[in-house]
Amino acid sequence: MVNKATRPTPDILGQDLWNIQLDEQGQLKHFLTIEGLGTNILNQILDTAESFAGVNESVKKVPLLRGKTIVNLFFEASTRTRTTFELAAKRLSADVLNMNISVSATSKGESLLDTLRNLEAMQADMFIVRHADSGTAHFIANHVAPHIRVLNAGDGRHAHPTQAMLDMFTIRRKKGADFGALRVAIVGDILHSRVARSQIHALNTLNTGEVRVVGPKTLIPKDIEAMGVTVFHDMSKGLQDVDVVIMLRLQKERMQGALLPSEQEYFQLYGLTEERLKVAKPDAIVMHPGPIYRGVEIASDVADGERSVILNQVTYGIAVRMAVMSMTLSSSSGNSTAGSASTQKQSQEAE
Amino acid sequence: MCNTLIKGARLIDPKHQRDEITDVYISNGKIAAIGQQPEDFSAEKVINAENQWLIPGIIDMCARLREPGQEQVANIESETRAATSSGITTLCIPPDTDPVIDEPAVVELIHRKARKAKQSYVYTLGALTAKLKGEHLSEMAALKEAGCLGVSNCRTGEINNLVLRRAFEYASTHNITVFLEAHDAKLASEGCAHEGAIANRLGLNPIPYAAETGPIAQTLELIRETDVRVHFGRLSCSRSIELIAQAQASGLKVSADVAAHQLHLTDMDISSFNSLYHVMPPLRSQRDMQALRKAVADGVISSIVSDHQPHEPDAKLAPFPATEPGISSLETLLPLTLKLVENNELTLSQAIASLSCNPAEILGLDTGHLGIGSEANVCLVDPEHEWTFNSREMLSQGKNTPFSGWHFVGKVMMTMVGGIVVFGKNEGQ
Repeated sequence: MVNKATRPTPDILGQDLWNIQLDEQGQLKHFLTIEGLGTNILNQILDTAESFAGVNESVKKVPLLRGKTIVNLFFEASTRTRTTFELAAKRLSADVLNMNISVSATSKGESLLDTLRNLEAMQADMFIVRHADSGTAHFIANHVAPHIRVLNAGDGRHAHPTQAMLDMFTIRRKKGADFGALRVAIVGDILHSRVARSQIHALNTLNTGEVRVVGPKTLIPKDIEAMGVTVFHDMSKGLQDVDVVIMLRLQKERMQGALLPSEQEYFQLYGLTEERLKVAKPDAIVMHPGPIYRGVEIASDVADGERSVILNQVTYGIAVRMAVMSMTLSSSSGNSTAGSASTQKQSQEAE
Repeated sequence: MCNTLIKGARLIDPKHQRDEITDVYISNGKIAAIGQQPEDFSAEKVINAENQWLIPGIIDMCARLREPGQEQVANIESETRAATSSGITTLCIPPDTDPVIDEPAVVELIHRKARKAKQSYVYTLGALTAKLKGEHLSEMAALKEAGCLGVSNCRTGEINNLVLRRAFEYASTHNITVFLEAHDAKLASEGCAHEGAIANRLGLNPIPYAAETGPIAQTLELIRETDVRVHFGRLSCSRSIELIAQAQASGLKVSADVAAHQLHLTDMDISSFNSLYHVMPPLRSQRDMQALRKAVADGVISSIVSDHQPHEPDAKLAPFPATEPGISSLETLLPLTLKLVENNELTLSQAIASLSCNPAEILGLDTGHLGIGSEANVCLVDPEHEWTFNSREMLSQGKNTPFSGWHFVGKVMMTMVGGIVVFGKNEGQ
């Protein structure tokens, strides 16, 4: 109840300036974006994931979230990400409900809020949200009942924080915890990439030595330097002495938007080959969020080569998602009955 | 309508460069005399206005009232009531209603509804092209005859330079002002935020400067060739001001306005995805905002408008890019403008002029001043009144404002249209 006084009253739309990702004790409540989270929280996610990595390898299942209902709310088609969230939830013994909204409710004119209210009525404890509009996860977190947790599984071009954290986990396992000693290059379509934005925030929060982005000007947003990166348009310069190469996905439809002339030219200039990789550190690792577009983003011998950690990323993805789910569902705010009732009342008034 | 004496107010009339404490005599809906009582005048009503400002009624050159077409959102009656409560006695609505204002019947419908509401005057701009499609010229002469104060293509649709040039020539033939909102929709590419660091962070589709400055530069070349009078509405970029200042200096008949919110907000304000700050053109950088303020002070931008866009709550209840842009802003037009005076960005006379005689001149209306014999469209402002704006208390049907909770000094106490008090004590007399 002490906290109620310090919390600003939400305005008419229920949005407020409080960092909605954190509860009153500063613990992770929703996981919407890396931005605004401290090094301590990111390390806590990585450490917790480390403890779950063992579960994945031997025990397979722990009863941490027994009785909890997790809803995969995907407004954009995705199999891989949804599956890893589902696996993570099941290994924590939660019940999982998969909703592909793109083909059901919204096409019938139901508003996003109506869809949420309906799912809330099914006693959900967590929404894992993917949506084509930037800001959707924030919007949902601002409007759900106080006991519900929201994880962002990708919103527009804005953020994909669990992907970024599994990448950090991969880097930490392969390169050690001292990010300050590392030089990381992110290559490809930065402009449309929510993964890149979250990676940049995560790398900077973990004090990475240097973060680079590499690509043609059509795929690198103007003023991206403000996010704390160095821009390169030339692969051979961009990869010079890097410890980590992160290749991004190049969506085919980009060829139509006058962003790139052809796949061939893209591969020639920005495709990752063994030859190109020679300027990187000898022990550099190669990462990719998948799915891989062989022969356009990355040559097959690199993707399958010994420096590639692409499949590790997939495995670690489950541990990282387990970590975030267990952390957010054990955060305190809104769980105590008194607190919950009062916040509920507040949010009703706000509407 | 009765003979009214407004006693002891500080009369501020930028057009006639008057600023003095005096008495104003109103008779037959007109300002009969200032200072000295006319011989045959006997006051049936005396309004004691000591310590208040008497200013010309505000003229808002761009407000959407949602009628005809979206009466479920707002209507002429509700919005003109909100207008007069905020000192606005004349409104001008752009032609993107449903149906589009491209024939006299629509103009007449709007005028009829406004007369019935008995609040502020409502004028219209006609469509520049039929159905605003950018293909055929509208019947501009007929629209002017019906009462349209100019023609506009709003922000809708693309218009090619051949059609635009011919529209300019035709408008110029009939001495009609063209009102444009510079916007290259292809370049803006469904964007919803200023191209810059904030849009990058939030992953919002960016709108570059050139989406506004490009069309302005191109249009200025067409104006040079056609000698038409053009008004550019809702500027957002500092570079647009440079272009327009240059054109004005070279003698082109070009004027410009800015929405009041653009003088107070920047793209920093959208950084929590708050859809109340979703506007079009987008909120731009601090530097642009400063340049816009300076342009108003320098006179390059001669008027400030509300760009009123009331919405139902649902229109703002979605992820940021999926929400409707716009602010319900009639009720903050004067307060936001006065705040610039408080902050020493504008003189009081400049501020009042940008809301009265300047827009009147652009629209070709003989109002917006306190000359003897002019219609008594005036309002009284208590300059000491401190208040906090609250969206829940708004009279507009649209409560979509980011200014709820803002502290203002100076409040409209009475509004008079044609000598009749339409807002304040003694309402209806």
